[in-house]
Amino acid sequence: MEEFSGILTGVLFFPIIGAIIIFLLDEKAKNEARWIAAFATGASLALGLLVFFTYDVDLAREPHDVVNAQGDTIADPENPEQNLSSIDFQFVDNFVWVEDLGIRYQLGVDGLTAAMVMLTGLASFAGVLISWGIEDRPREFMAMFLLLVAGVYGVFVSTDIFLLLFFYELSIFPMYFLIAIWGWKETREYAAMKLTLYILIGSVVALVGLLVLYFQAGAFFTEHPNLLPATSDGAYSFEFNHLHIAAQAGAFDIPGYLGFDAMTMSRFWFPFIFIGFGVLAGLFPFHNWSPDGHVAAPTAVSMIHAGVLMKLGAYAALRLGVQLTPDGARVHLPWIVFLALINVVYGAFIAFRQRDFKYVIGFSSVSHMGLVSLGFATMNITGMTGAGLQMFSHGVMTALFFATVGMVYDRSHTRDLPSLGGFITKMPMVGVAFILGGLVSMGMPPLSGFVAEFPILIGLWRGIPEEIWSNPDWATALTEGGAEYYRYIVLIAVLGIILTAAYVLRVTGQAFFGDFNEERYPEVSENPLRIQDRLAIIILCVWLVVLGIYPPIMSDKIESAVEPVVALLTNF
Amino acid sequence: MISAELANNLLAVAPEILLTLVALVVILADLYLPAENKRITGYIAGLGLFGIAIATLILVPANQSLVLDNTLDTVEEQLLWGGMIRSDDLARIFRVMVIFTGGLTCLMGMGDRRLNYKAEFYAIIVIATIGASLLSAAADLVMIFIALETVSISLYILSGFIRLPVTPGQEAEQFAMRSAESGLKYFLFGSFTSAFFLYGLTLIYGFSGGHTNIYEIGQAFGAAGTEGFENVVTDTIPLLFALLMVTVGFGFKISAVPFHFWTPDVYEGAPTPVTSYISTVSKAASFAVLVRFMLAVFSPEELLDVATSSYSEWWVQLFAILSVVTMTLGNLLALVQRNIKRLIAYSSIAQAGYTLMGVAAIATTQAGDGAASVAFYMFMYVFTNTLLFAVVILFTNATNSETIADMAGLSRRSPWLALAMTLALLSLAGIPPAAGFVGKFLLFRAAVDSGLTWLAMIGVLNAIVALYYYLVVVKVMYVDRSEDDDVPINIPNPYPLVIGTSAAAVVLLGTFLITPLNSWAEAAGLDLFRLIS
Repeated sequence: MEEFSGILTGVLFFPIIGAIIIFLLDEKAKNEARWIAAFATGASLALGLLVFFTYDVDLAREPHDVVNAQGDTIADPENPEQNLSSIDFQFVDNFVWVEDLGIRYQLGVDGLTAAMVMLTGLASFAGVLISWGIEDRPREFMAMFLLLVAGVYGVFVSTDIFLLLFFYELSIFPMYFLIAIWGWKETREYAAMKLTLYILIGSVVALVGLLVLYFQAGAFFTEHPNLLPATSDGAYSFEFNHLHIAAQAGAFDIPGYLGFDAMTMSRFWFPFIFIGFGVLAGLFPFHNWSPDGHVAAPTAVSMIHAGVLMKLGAYAALRLGVQLTPDGARVHLPWIVFLALINVVYGAFIAFRQRDFKYVIGFSSVSHMGLVSLGFATMNITGMTGAGLQMFSHGVMTALFFATVGMVYDRSHTRDLPSLGGFITKMPMVGVAFILGGLVSMGMPPLSGFVAEFPILIGLWRGIPEEIWSNPDWATALTEGGAEYYRYIVLIAVLGIILTAAYVLRVTGQAFFGDFNEERYPEVSENPLRIQDRLAIIILCVWLVVLGIYPPIMSDKIESAVEPVVALLTNF
Repeated sequence: MISAELANNLLAVAPEILLTLVALVVILADLYLPAENKRITGYIAGLGLFGIAIATLILVPANQSLVLDNTLDTVEEQLLWGGMIRSDDLARIFRVMVIFTGGLTCLMGMGDRRLNYKAEFYAIIVIATIGASLLSAAADLVMIFIALETVSISLYILSGFIRLPVTPGQEAEQFAMRSAESGLKYFLFGSFTSAFFLYGLTLIYGFSGGHTNIYEIGQAFGAAGTEGFENVVTDTIPLLFALLMVTVGFGFKISAVPFHFWTPDVYEGAPTPVTSYISTVSKAASFAVLVRFMLAVFSPEELLDVATSSYSEWWVQLFAILSVVTMTLGNLLALVQRNIKRLIAYSSIAQAGYTLMGVAAIATTQAGDGAASVAFYMFMYVFTNTLLFAVVILFTNATNSETIADMAGLSRRSPWLALAMTLALLSLAGIPPAAGFVGKFLLFRAAVDSGLTWLAMIGVLNAIVALYYYLVVVKVMYVDRSEDDDVPINIPNPYPLVIGTSAAAVVLLGTFLITPLNSWAEAAGLDLFRLIS
């Protein structure tokens, strides 16, 4: 089956082609490189907005029954009344890439990734604008930055697992470069190496797990050819929907894996896949790379990093972990919730203690990404929708944070909070933007932070869906009686939000209010904000407010994407 | 009119015949060319080998033929020259690989000024390539040994090729001494392991009841004890002993731990184009024969006519363990290296370890995935390492140093060279879009497919360690500064061709050419699983 709409290919290839053109430019062509980068990310952003606003939620909610080669609807082998369903991807581009291995060049978005594509567009476009002032080899910087952005887009729009991993690892190397060359001199080499190794280790461990699933699915479909969807190239395929159907049909739930009665393939491999990608989402205890990486990275890279890359980890954990090994998710998420809780509270505590402006933001990202994992662990629609919204809201917010911190640092050359002060008088726009980001961070209505965090906490309070814990064939010690400890988790998680308010207010006070030291920071007056900086701030701020005032613009789409996930988790 | 059989026989060794002609032309040209034009011999050898590689791709008969209508469908048809060679797709893919890389090495030799542009150098490279090409197709104990020795002896000479210059300088003398030392070391280690190898081969010959063709040996071992095979010896201890002896020989050629001790010293001392040749062509051909030999002599049950016993389980375990030890030790020792050639030496040990993962997987996957992954990996690996060494030669020429720390500022001195080097290192580390990613992916895939998930897990963890030391080199090139930052590096002819070709191959094999190469490799793998009827 070949399809081509071209829009997502455009999103993906604008940055790649931009990067190639910039590489071929003359070394002195600094301005040309900047304009090409702005054009490439801008074009992708425009297409991303188009994708987001024209994504059809009603179409996504229609039942997506799967038919086999004979044209019959495929029913769940364990529950004949239930039909298996595929995930509806829109804007599909679909070609065979490596036929022998079942690899396709297959792009598509669901409601969640439509939002993520737009987020990537916002952060990357703003990132290019903010990097306008880089004078050290801007040509290479922009080319690498575009490659990184292409890798990130690739992960969000790929619906073939090989392709997804290809782009995932593609983004690793430009990231190393950007941090090691243009980062903060004191720690850049250490931080870049640490970050790269952490991220690679998570993804390659997950890769082995995915290969195991791929072969199991192949063997399963060879044995049950009537369950094989007509759209698959053969029993062995890396297509997401192919493996997703195998997961629903119970291919990974055969007991006795590795010789243990209660062990199944999905239960064994879920932690490897989920936590493997969770490394990139900053999941405790593997969050350590993130603050160091954010601090060492140049501003635009911090924005992409905290703003988009961490979401990429969360997204991959959801898509490849939860959606391919749902039974493993049911078993393991009830304890992974504790890791997420530690993220939220511990991250906020450490952020509170920091004197370094950028470390505060770095640890706040750890804390906020914990809320996303908490949302996943609720396994209900409310919590998961909240997690999706939080991914977007935090992405924009933290990009804004890093942008403003970068603007202050470029002019003050220090990030030591106690020695800053009074910057709002000199840079009012930056100050206001930071405060706005701070309010989002605290979860103040009517801003996007509230819209995102509130459902997560409600979802947690509701706890694991009854269908899961009341199933007599299926119970673990943790979920017995409905996992009431989720309510205590809410109570503790709220502590993290209070701490967030505390550190945001402290930082705002120290950096932006108080007396401004004109002699110490002469550059602030000499070097006003560029028009590009202002534009970047506005682009980001608008979304924080719009989403806060009118959440259905996004929540509906994200809900349509998490409904199948919850249906998968609650259906045995 | 020659008969079809004779045509097939001739075509099957056409690469070797043509290679011999090229070697002769190079030597003759050296005699008759005036001194200032002697450098042309390098072009004759290099471009000649490219031509032969293309001819091999098109002409040599196998199961799938690209142009001619001369397919050989069964194993009997593929066994030519009285069973001396088997002309199948595995042979063809490895022959194309080694001949093409041999050509690149010849061109590379033209830029290393320590070699003094001697025509003998190119001629010996071509002769070594004849050995490597035969090795890829060899199907008889005698042929395997002869081909292996052709490669080895040529390489012993080449390793010691740098001679004392007429006007000695301290540095030049040092290089000459190290080259001589490396040649001698390689020779001593090589002849020692060759003796073991030959001992193993004679044991196998005797135990099998007097067969030299590896396919006949395999059938004899499988059918031991049945009628006509009463005198076949299959007692565990003697047969295992023979297997171990043979493994010593192969282990030396592919530099698997614990037979790797020569590798860093020889790599460091030998002229860099020769190092490149040892790490690519010699290694690739050895993997080809290793895959063929193990699958034929100690066949899994599916490949046996009469299977009273099968010994494939032995070497699967053996190579799985060798793989773990090789990649782990190679990677760990690479972490502490300061000399770029030694670093690449340990990295190439580790790469052999990854590839052994595919070798361990060949017997248990009938789809030929294991052999296909080895072929794919070697194909991309030879280009990657050639690219790497080409940059190292230019860098050594410019700085007179092989220390990694002296590569500082390379990105400012020559952005394209730094980019090429980065591409090669990323390919070795398995990061897309370089071909190494797909190569590693296929190896892990084959390992998981044959139930060696634990091995794949160890493999991916090793990939992390490897990424560290590759990135350190990248960092030195791009982040560190040197005093010569603004001195550009001279890129003499034909280096743009060498670097351009191999860099293009590395990128294309990792993106657009995955499909054709993979189908070819799969066909080669399937060919190995054809039964002798």
